[in-house]
Amino acid sequence: MQAVKSIEGKAYPFGAKNIDTDVIISAEWLKTISREGLGEGAFESLRAGGDSVFDDPQYAGAPILIAGDNFGCGSSREHAAWALLDMGITAVIAPSFSDIFSGNAFKNGIITVVLPQEHIDRLIEVAQDNPIHVDLENQVVTTPFQDRFTFDIDPFRKHCLMHGLDEVGLTLERDEHIASHETQRAEKLSWMTAGTQTQSERHA
Amino acid sequence: MTYRPRTLYEKIWDDHVVETRDDGTALVYIDRHLVHEVTSPQAFESLRNQGRPVRRPELTLAVPDHNLPTTARLDERGARIPIADPQSAAQLAALEKNAPEFGIQYIDASDVNQGIVHVVGPEQGFSLPGATIVCGDSHTASHGGLGALAFGIGTSEVEHVLATQTLLLRRSKSMEINVTGALGAGITAKDLILHIIGQIGAAGGTGYVIEYRGPVFEAMSVEERLTVCNMSIEAGARAGLIAPDETVFRYLKNRPMAPAGAAWDAALAYWKTLTSDAGAQFDKSVTIDASTVEPTVTWGTSPEDVVAIGGNVPAPASFADPSKQEAAQKSLDYMGLEAGQRIDEIAIENVFIGSCTNSRIEDLRAAADILKGRKIAGNVRWAIIVPGSGLVKAMAEDEGLHTIFTDAGFEWREPGCSACLGMNPDKVPAGERCASTSNRNFVGRQGPGARTHLVSPAMAAAAAVAGHLTDVRELD
Repeated sequence: MQAVKSIEGKAYPFGAKNIDTDVIISAEWLKTISREGLGEGAFESLRAGGDSVFDDPQYAGAPILIAGDNFGCGSSREHAAWALLDMGITAVIAPSFSDIFSGNAFKNGIITVVLPQEHIDRLIEVAQDNPIHVDLENQVVTTPFQDRFTFDIDPFRKHCLMHGLDEVGLTLERDEHIASHETQRAEKLSWMTAGTQTQSERHA
Repeated sequence: MTYRPRTLYEKIWDDHVVETRDDGTALVYIDRHLVHEVTSPQAFESLRNQGRPVRRPELTLAVPDHNLPTTARLDERGARIPIADPQSAAQLAALEKNAPEFGIQYIDASDVNQGIVHVVGPEQGFSLPGATIVCGDSHTASHGGLGALAFGIGTSEVEHVLATQTLLLRRSKSMEINVTGALGAGITAKDLILHIIGQIGAAGGTGYVIEYRGPVFEAMSVEERLTVCNMSIEAGARAGLIAPDETVFRYLKNRPMAPAGAAWDAALAYWKTLTSDAGAQFDKSVTIDASTVEPTVTWGTSPEDVVAIGGNVPAPASFADPSKQEAAQKSLDYMGLEAGQRIDEIAIENVFIGSCTNSRIEDLRAAADILKGRKIAGNVRWAIIVPGSGLVKAMAEDEGLHTIFTDAGFEWREPGCSACLGMNPDKVPAGERCASTSNRNFVGRQGPGARTHLVSPAMAAAAAVAGHLTDVRELD
């Protein structure tokens, strides 16, 4: 994943609540075995109406999305994060996110910024005609006006995002600790690895 | 060490922490990993590109389910019938190739053990109480019905688990949902969980692990508990769980992948410690009175949009929150409904009984009880019953349920996710309405433009017979 420290540019003034990952990318697009090219299918059902912010050429290619409460709820499909990334979105700002979606976003270098609804309302107003700046290092969202909205972020996630770290690689470095846990586990929860055959294999 | 009362969630968590970092992130060991064709190909591809092996292949089980057509899989000569959609075929072929390449056990589509991952796991005894269970699918929450800590993960996490058998997590907050009293006659686990989601909202459980507590859950079968925990994610909770008890132990005994002999005794001794201690602190407590739960259906496009079958479509103005008013109006427009319309007069053209929420043997028996000696209404164009696994299918056929279904006018299909998600060929046409036992009524979930009403299996069967949503307790 690419290191990211700050994102500045246009923002989709979207704001809808409870946007589920089926809306972000419908199941028809999940048949792929690649991570690429999903931007074309992003928000398909909303775009079908022709009057969504995603159809407005003014915001085409915007790197920031301003969304509503519970963004990314529903299915665990990481395709939702890949679709946003393919559209060029690398930061989403919302009052709340589903747990699985925010994890998926983070693992793909997308910053999820949680701000209270009144700040979201203000950003949507500003984003109609102005750029937004998400500064990860200083944990603040600013506008060309006097707005300065600070946000919290998990320190581990911030560190990984700012340095573009590979989480699997980091964990593999802890191999010794995992192996020692496995030894303890083999004693305390020995039954946990007892059976691993299906019915038909047993009878085979 | 001083004794501190712990919740069931804390107990399972504590026994799986490999190490905790200074920033509070914990490396958590994963006991069981279920893999299906849709969310795994990119993970296997990454492992291959990095030259990384699967750390503990025997702890992962691969089963195709999402993309499989539910029509016949083998021809008369026993040869595999090719899958028409080339992309689906390629994705299924990728799993079939990846599993053996990485040493993972794979259940083939034509194997009697194949089914929806969340039906297969418990049924095989692969899913166990006290285990950490993950899958690249949000309905992994289901396995909490056995007293496991089970949750959905994204593809990057699938890769992380394959490579390290761990996940980097932060401990969630805990919520107890206490259901007091008893459910009325004819009220099912599905009605209860829909009612609960209506009460706490689609984001009410975000950041929490839910423990369902009270006599109603203690009286439930394992199948019913799986239904309840399955839909925890529809309330935003990554996991939901119910303390394991004799009902669970009886269910698991002699399952093919469950521990046996001395290992069973050791497991049982451990499982009996898996309850929240008296005095354990939850971050949030919710109490629901079971006697207020009616047969429940959804009217909108979020699982929180629930109403009792005797009720009416709500007016957007009836919601306090202005953004919910706007969302409700959009939902009504999409669903083709008017505020004030009686719920039990909504006509349906499609009925789907299946999905990881309601495709187990008890669900099929409940549908058969209603359909026995009855026919589907003339306006019902498409009615299918899709068993959750080949074993469920075989059991239903032994009991003669399949002839009740086909006599009533239903199609009897092969196991898979089917019309739950608009991915395989089973879809609801645009503008048409479906009474569905699945878990999501999102815009386009059952196909572009499809209108979903979530219901229990008995209510879906009743709707099929009446041709409209109806109170199963009042069926002629």
